[in-house]
Amino acid sequence: MAEPSPAPTRSNEPASTKATYFWGNRTKSCLCLILLFAVLLGFYSSPEAHHVQGRRESLTLSEGDGHLDSCRIPEVPRLLYPKAQLLKPLRVDVLVMTPWFAPVVWDGTFDSALLDVQFRNTTIGLTVFAIKKYVVFLRLFLETAEKYFMVGHKVIYYVFTDRPADVPQIALQDGRQVVVLHVGNYRRWQDISMHRMEMISNFSRRRFLREVDYLVCLYVDMKFSDHVGVEILAPLFGTLHPGFYAADRQSFTYERRPLSRAYIPRDEGDFYYAGGFFGGSVPEVYRLTTACHQAMTADQAQGIEAVWHDESHLNRYLLSHKPSKVLSPEYLWDEQMLQRPPLLRKLRYVAVPMNHTEIRSR
Amino acid sequence: MHCLRLALGLGFCLLLGITLCSLWMYVENWLLVSYIPYYLPCPEILSQYPQPKLLEQKPTELLTLTPWLAPIVSEGTFNAELLHHIYQPLNLTIGLTAFAVGNRYTRFVQHFLESAERFFMQGYRVHYYIFTHDPQAIPQVPLGPGRRLSVIPVPGPSQWEEASMRRMEAISVHIAKRAHREVDYLFCLDVDMAFRNPWGPETLGDLVAAIHPDYFTVPRHQFPYERRPVSTAFVADGEGDFYYGRAVFGGRVARVYEFTRGCHMGILADKANGIMAACQEESHLNRRFLSHKPSKVLSPEYLWDDRKPQPPSLKLIRFSTLNKDTARLRS
Repeated sequence: MAEPSPAPTRSNEPASTKATYFWGNRTKSCLCLILLFAVLLGFYSSPEAHHVQGRRESLTLSEGDGHLDSCRIPEVPRLLYPKAQLLKPLRVDVLVMTPWFAPVVWDGTFDSALLDVQFRNTTIGLTVFAIKKYVVFLRLFLETAEKYFMVGHKVIYYVFTDRPADVPQIALQDGRQVVVLHVGNYRRWQDISMHRMEMISNFSRRRFLREVDYLVCLYVDMKFSDHVGVEILAPLFGTLHPGFYAADRQSFTYERRPLSRAYIPRDEGDFYYAGGFFGGSVPEVYRLTTACHQAMTADQAQGIEAVWHDESHLNRYLLSHKPSKVLSPEYLWDEQMLQRPPLLRKLRYVAVPMNHTEIRSR
Repeated sequence: MHCLRLALGLGFCLLLGITLCSLWMYVENWLLVSYIPYYLPCPEILSQYPQPKLLEQKPTELLTLTPWLAPIVSEGTFNAELLHHIYQPLNLTIGLTAFAVGNRYTRFVQHFLESAERFFMQGYRVHYYIFTHDPQAIPQVPLGPGRRLSVIPVPGPSQWEEASMRRMEAISVHIAKRAHREVDYLFCLDVDMAFRNPWGPETLGDLVAAIHPDYFTVPRHQFPYERRPVSTAFVADGEGDFYYGRAVFGGRVARVYEFTRGCHMGILADKANGIMAACQEESHLNRRFLSHKPSKVLSPEYLWDDRKPQPPSLKLIRFSTLNKDTARLRS
């Protein structure tokens, strides 16, 4: 036998009463919710929201040819500068472009004024690790950075340290700030060096992506001695190690044991890049540091440590992910260890003399 | 009750409609902005290539980098095999536009396409877009695998100037309508030219310009820029990097869209002021490249005039004018 129809009493009620019942609280709130959703969706699909999306996406987009960085080709207002002569190469003594079209940045190959205008709305992040006794280098590092590093642009110094109280107070120019990030330390200096990759990777995702456009990752036991500007900025860049710029690939101190993830065979390799100066756009630095950290973890599981630690892994990464700019040894030099050749017209970032064993010991 | 159910139903439909609309706009935008990884991955199989020599002793004859650090592409500055191994796995589709508007231009199409089939982006997917007022006049040229041709009808010209001024508009409209979905990179070339030697992935870049063969040895005050301040294409004395040719430009499809749109806006503004630039579209192209500097510059090897004697600094001419007399003999 069929069930009685639901709520039989209701069907006997007059239509008007039913109408008022229908417009009760439940239905009103339902309709309100529908309208609210409609309004929110309408807002979401508006052009402004797409602009916001576009901005975020512009940080993940990169170029196919791996060269000029901005996703929006920046408009350059009227500027007066000497014209480039097509039949007069500026530097004939050195390679100024790699076979994959990455410029090798030497003095004389670029026009700073022009590049400054192209990069005028760019914020640059600088990461530096001052763990344990290395905090003593911070004062000179930051003071010289204020004089020479990205002058005229917005800069955020990210100082990773286990001793935040020892970070010196430096007078900063407009648009520049110091952010102190408190991190733990490791017993061995090799571990500290290797964990740089992990920390940069973590903070890239958590913080840097939102705050800066480019990241420059430097060693702290150095100082700036000449202009280091936006000519270095590219989706991914590495610096030529001063000890190996003239060497053959067989003599590069790559990791040569096939067991390690940083292994590079003797007949491979473009350059030997230095671990103390690399960088790029935040997404690319994130990828690099994550890949290096994963490779180092895998090596640790195998019980092997690459011969030059994070530098070996950096070289492995830059072999398979070719940088879009390569910085000449002007950008990383050690006057105590090397004789300065005439092809180096400027020394921009140099080692500070120190007693390694004393500093590295507890 | 019936009415109220209807109202609720309509409200639901409205909600659904807006959801679908915004979903479509999101997806469309996502498709427009396709991700090409900037880094150039080098597959394991390619290990044998010579190490780059940092202390280069041989003097290079041509400048290889602009002051804003954009590469200037010429023979000897790149390793073609290395670039091929880098770009091939990216599965790129390269578009090529050519305008054959007017009877004197349709007869160049055959030779243009045949030479492109031989030399342009060998081993990549290519999509030719031939814009013409007379689709019947476009010959059937056999195309290699992965290569297609589309004929885009455009209105015929009344004067040659009129046709060349509408090119920027036609390209930007075409990109917005279909090319953004079909290709990753787009080159816009003149049709009364032919490929002579390989034109490959060394030319790919975000925004690519080519140096005009008649002006690469000439100082900037002699460039045929538009010199009347009232024009939007005005370039003052003392300004200018290179004089770029209108016959070759290209880049990532989104950049080419912005570039051609910008040029078209300039042309329209001039038209409204009753002015036509000295070298028509080329003046606007040069104005735009001055303020939006190209990320890669092609040497005159990629845009040559065969009537000029080839100088020793240009090692390999890849794309040049078709000698007009030969063309007449051919037809």
